[in-house]
Amino acid sequence: MLPEGFLRWFAARGWSPRAHQLALLRKARDGRSALLIAPTGAGKTLAGFLPTLVEISGKGKHLHTLYISPLKALAVDIARNLETPIAEMKLPIRVETRTGDTPVSRRQRQRRYPPDILLTTPEQVALLLASDDAPFLFSSLQRVVLDELHALVTSKRGDLLSLALARLWRLAPRMRVTGLSATVADPQALARFLAPQPRGKAVSADIVEADGAAAPIVEMLDTSERLPWAGHSARHALSEVYDLIRRNRTTLVFVNTRSQAEMLFQDLWRINDDGLAIALHHGSLDVAQRRKVEQAMTAGRLRGVVCTSSLDLGVDWGDVDLVINIGAPKGASRLMQRIGRANHRLDEASRAVLVPANRFEVLECRAAIDAVNENAQDTPPLRTGALDVLAQHVMGCACGEPFHADDLYEEVRTAAPYAALTRADFDDAIDFVATGGYALKSYERFARIRQDKEGRWRVANPRARQSYRLNVGTIVEEAMLKVRLVRSRHGGGKGPTGAIARGGRMLGEIEEYFIEGLVAGDTFVFGGEIVRFEALAEDQVYVSRANDESPKVPSYMGGKFPLSTYLAKRVRRLLDDERAWRGLPDQVREWLSLQSRFSRVPHAREMIVETFPRAGKHYLVCYPFEGRLAHQTLGMLLTRRLERARARPLGFVANEYALAVWMLGDPSSMIRQGRLDLDALFDPDMLGDDLEAWLAESALMKRTFRSCAIIAGLIPRRFTGAEKSRRQVLFSTDLVYDVLRKHQPDHMLLRAARADAATGLLDIRRLSDMLARIRGRIVHKPLDRISPLAVPVMLEIGRETVYGEASDELLAEAAEQLVREATGT
Amino acid sequence: MSRVAAVTVAGAGFAADLSGALFWERERLLVVSDLHLEKGSSFAMRGVLLPPYDTVATLDRLAVVIRRFDPRTVIALGDSFHDRDAHNRLCAGDRETLSGLQAGRRWIWISGNHDPAPPSGLGGLVATEWEIGGIVFRHEPTGAFGEIAGHLHPKARVATRGRSMERRCFASDGARMVMPAFGAFAGGLSIRNGAFGRIFSTDFTAHVLGHSRLHAIAASRCR
Repeated sequence: MLPEGFLRWFAARGWSPRAHQLALLRKARDGRSALLIAPTGAGKTLAGFLPTLVEISGKGKHLHTLYISPLKALAVDIARNLETPIAEMKLPIRVETRTGDTPVSRRQRQRRYPPDILLTTPEQVALLLASDDAPFLFSSLQRVVLDELHALVTSKRGDLLSLALARLWRLAPRMRVTGLSATVADPQALARFLAPQPRGKAVSADIVEADGAAAPIVEMLDTSERLPWAGHSARHALSEVYDLIRRNRTTLVFVNTRSQAEMLFQDLWRINDDGLAIALHHGSLDVAQRRKVEQAMTAGRLRGVVCTSSLDLGVDWGDVDLVINIGAPKGASRLMQRIGRANHRLDEASRAVLVPANRFEVLECRAAIDAVNENAQDTPPLRTGALDVLAQHVMGCACGEPFHADDLYEEVRTAAPYAALTRADFDDAIDFVATGGYALKSYERFARIRQDKEGRWRVANPRARQSYRLNVGTIVEEAMLKVRLVRSRHGGGKGPTGAIARGGRMLGEIEEYFIEGLVAGDTFVFGGEIVRFEALAEDQVYVSRANDESPKVPSYMGGKFPLSTYLAKRVRRLLDDERAWRGLPDQVREWLSLQSRFSRVPHAREMIVETFPRAGKHYLVCYPFEGRLAHQTLGMLLTRRLERARARPLGFVANEYALAVWMLGDPSSMIRQGRLDLDALFDPDMLGDDLEAWLAESALMKRTFRSCAIIAGLIPRRFTGAEKSRRQVLFSTDLVYDVLRKHQPDHMLLRAARADAATGLLDIRRLSDMLARIRGRIVHKPLDRISPLAVPVMLEIGRETVYGEASDELLAEAAEQLVREATGT
Repeated sequence: MSRVAAVTVAGAGFAADLSGALFWERERLLVVSDLHLEKGSSFAMRGVLLPPYDTVATLDRLAVVIRRFDPRTVIALGDSFHDRDAHNRLCAGDRETLSGLQAGRRWIWISGNHDPAPPSGLGGLVATEWEIGGIVFRHEPTGAFGEIAGHLHPKARVATRGRSMERRCFASDGARMVMPAFGAFAGGLSIRNGAFGRIFSTDFTAHVLGHSRLHAIAASRCR
């Protein structure tokens, strides 16, 4: 399979080609597209590029291989790695990268004199396709290599990429696609992404599976400390975590959220008597700061890095010999990918230690370890392509050569996520791009794309083209504010003493919506320390050092990912199987035994609802195990219903496993007297009118709508967020949402937002599956006091943000203060 | 629960309505500010295809308050039209609605910076300011005693324990008032912005438009 020169090169390095590398060569020779499933460290990237290196024999004038990665840092890193074999084998191959940082002059040259291999990102490919040069640039394309495919396909970036592939298949029919992926639950489905889908059939690319790495050794930290009932800090295990770092060469410590990373980093340094080089890495830190950490890591200068999912993907990190995962693993595949970050040599087992931060997390860790040992995967199924992304793509196409709607419809459906796209939805997308898609046809003269005499669509004016270029992509960042450290103005203790000094050291960036919830003087954790919020001016947040032991405002925010459906099911099964409890720490086993004596441990298929009084209020606690997002949505809907049932609900709090609602009414007696029916309360019909009524006001829904509006190109990015620094916001997408909802509720953007709400911040689909699952299987336990199982979620009250859409109550509270001041009380 | 809050400006008693309109019972006068009609199509002209429903949405809400208060006089306090050509883009239905609202009452268009010369063909009088019993109605606030103005689109952000919300509000210190924008697509400016400091020399009250009632909150308590 390998030419002489390559064999010599492998031999000179003491390597021999791996079976999956040869298999991919064979696929390439036979003109087949293929999905390579391989663990980290299996030489995946080289496998992906070997066919290209072998195929390019002479000085090419054409683009041969397009490599697409989710991270531009990864593209740059791969370019560097390719230099070695190309130089050592003296191959006549030119490799270049193209990212947002590439200078304009080089970008222009790349269009006219393309390299043999171009390494880039999905957004850059979309931009290249949206130009008149696209046919010239891509018609000779032989291969496309998609890196980290498992990560790309789970988001709208995957939708965008799939549409780009559909376009490339038309421009270069001979093109073959190679996908590189970590292990996934359904390889066959993922392989569909790599093959043009014929009408009415599902076709997958060939699948090549690399030999598995040595099975990882995963343990749960057997803490000698008392296991906390709630919380996410795992502070109890701090010295044990520190000890692990000390006993290993290099340790990656993964946590789920930025604030957990901040907290842990700070705590570790407090006890770092040996002065170990421990660093912090998360997405909100200043880029320069992050690069410094990454370089120190590559150079082997660090003993430990506390990090978030910001290190889930990406550049290889030299020798990591231990991965510690603090808190909930959330998903089996996610955990396995993280563990894969340790030890990139295949023949040695990766080592990982899971550190549960509370008792429920012990169950989740146990279930995750069992899943890892069985190599059971729980990656999400392939997405259905989003309509807002389709609209962006349509605009991009119109910026290139003119197209017939019929042709583009056929082309788009070759992309696996859009294979089932209806003509009506497609036409709506065209209509939206052209004139906004409004029932009121008053915008004809403002059309952004128009049909020519032959009925072909093309961009109507340079402004629309320019706007597309500036707004391409599907990543809608939260509006971020820069955080600067200044000296406190509360020094004298006499309250505010005028303007604080501007400037100050830049600590990083923070979500605007978090800052909006703070008042001057509130403390929170950021940049590895507890800081006090001083002031907000333009897009700068001024904070000062605080000496508080713990921050006043929690910023846990639960992390991005909810507990996977699969792990949730395993946790329920674990609870149901008393023999399996033997694998649990004593403290947890005792806790469960106590629960089964006092109330009941939920069986795998039922849901327990406990009701009990406490301190003048009444509580209803249920255990759906469906993740915090779905529980929050459930909490919103339940409180509406309890309100109607006159139970006078006051608030609720959700965690990954349970939901607690408190109220003035007594649900135990209401149920006994037949005034409240749990089956009716949890009836799936809450997803009808109650959901609609809530969506009308939900801030989460408005946030979802905003990203759809930006991705679809209704609202330019530069109009939002940063514009706050200007005196007046031009308009807010919330107002657009309200008006559109009232006057055209079936508008494409609202449909796109609803589709997102099914799986995104509101997790409605999961809630709906759960309600169906527990129908007729609700077990009510009226109790005279709190049950052992309820303790963790009850402890979240006051610690977690209490949900309930902020409304009149919040305003009334602020108003009361005025009354108190006025009356001098 | 009451949809209105009593607010005094320079000795005169007004009712601040949850809709963002202001009613003066004594004069049977209704004031609305910053309608920004045809803001959607104004953006559409520049390539941002906002929904074309803002005019109808704004007029619908205006019709509701007019029905409720049945005023003898209506003052539109400036920036009633989002741009100088906006009135030409009103559709026939919206024109009809408008003239229906004007029927049987006096209607005064105060000019604003967006509409320095409100259209004369749409009924009503056009004026740069209007005075009734010592109260002056003008678009841009000057801070004068007894002035009721708009222009700034005041909104208040209230935060408690990590949660926050932002709503339109009336801003008043008892001697003068800045009204909230009434238009469906009219954005807002935080009352903590320096522009309000130039109008109110002391702390003032934000009458915040809540979900089902108004809330009086000290401006200094807002974000």
